[in-house]
Amino acid sequence: MHELSIALSILDVAGEEVERRGNVQVEAIYVRLGPLSGVVKEALISAYELAREQTPFASARLVIEDMPIVIFCNRCGTERPVHSLQEMRCAHCDAPADRIVQGRELQLSALELAE
Amino acid sequence: MSTPPRGTPPRSTPPRIVEVRQNVLKHNDEIARGLREAFHDAGVYVVSLVSSPGSGKTAFLEKTLSLLRERNYRPAALVGDLATNNDAARLARSQAPVKQITTGTLCHLEAAMVQTALTEWRLKDLDFLFIENVGNLVCPSSYDLGENLRLVLLSVTEGEDKPLKYPTIFNSADMAVITKLDLAEAAEFDSAAAHANIQSVRPGMRVLELSAKTGRGMDAWLDLLAREAKSS
Repeated sequence: MHELSIALSILDVAGEEVERRGNVQVEAIYVRLGPLSGVVKEALISAYELAREQTPFASARLVIEDMPIVIFCNRCGTERPVHSLQEMRCAHCDAPADRIVQGRELQLSALELAE
Repeated sequence: MSTPPRGTPPRSTPPRIVEVRQNVLKHNDEIARGLREAFHDAGVYVVSLVSSPGSGKTAFLEKTLSLLRERNYRPAALVGDLATNNDAARLARSQAPVKQITTGTLCHLEAAMVQTALTEWRLKDLDFLFIENVGNLVCPSSYDLGENLRLVLLSVTEGEDKPLKYPTIFNSADMAVITKLDLAEAAEFDSAAAHANIQSVRPGMRVLELSAKTGRGMDAWLDLLAREAKSS
């Protein structure tokens, strides 16, 4: 379980952004999360609930945007999904995945600010 | 309800969303980048190891350190452990410099812990550095430690389906090492199934099979290390 560390990192990065923008009130934190990030979504949501207490983000929602795995399939010559995390082959032509273009994200993508 | 004074913008504006696009682990990534540069400048080749507890990681590392010293290389190791220094004590028998990183309740190593642990060593005095992560197949996958090569270990006693259960760690590693080959027969280890499962979660992944106990496969591993270090 390293999701608490991850939740604290999210608040750190969000805190830096708030400081940079000068005393804004954050209503929501948007995080992009891929299945290859090594972070479990449900565990992160619970950890975030704990981590935000008694911080400037105590009332800020965490909005997670799932980033499904996308590969560049050489055989198809285009981007494709895969069968699953366990079967990393092109869902269209079954070729083995060798270039992952999406799915590793663990990114603070945006902040929703109160006016 | 009082009306706002004239000239004040209306209160009910839609929420303002600002793009940030920052990696959540950017601080770790920055430190890892600095470490990677320092390793490269000093000519140290760095290998990290992840596995479940009891996969034979320490035995494999002890043998690797000893054999590298026999080949006149200067290896060292950092060992992450939740509470004890048993692993470091075992590895010290190889005569190589070994340092413990006690992580307490933390289930993984972070780049800053590696950086702190290295302060007393001169990287120029080393050829190889091994970083043994905490025994865990989930948490370490998110953290870059500045390594050149990340190994995931799988012992023949753990079952062939381990890669399917922990696809992310296999996907974040560069190479898989199947350990305890001397027990393969007793454990009825299905090598073909293990290889198929590894290739299913990580197509094209390099796989080594070896036994630290009998030494089988160790020469191939050391040759590979020497080659990789030379070309890095």
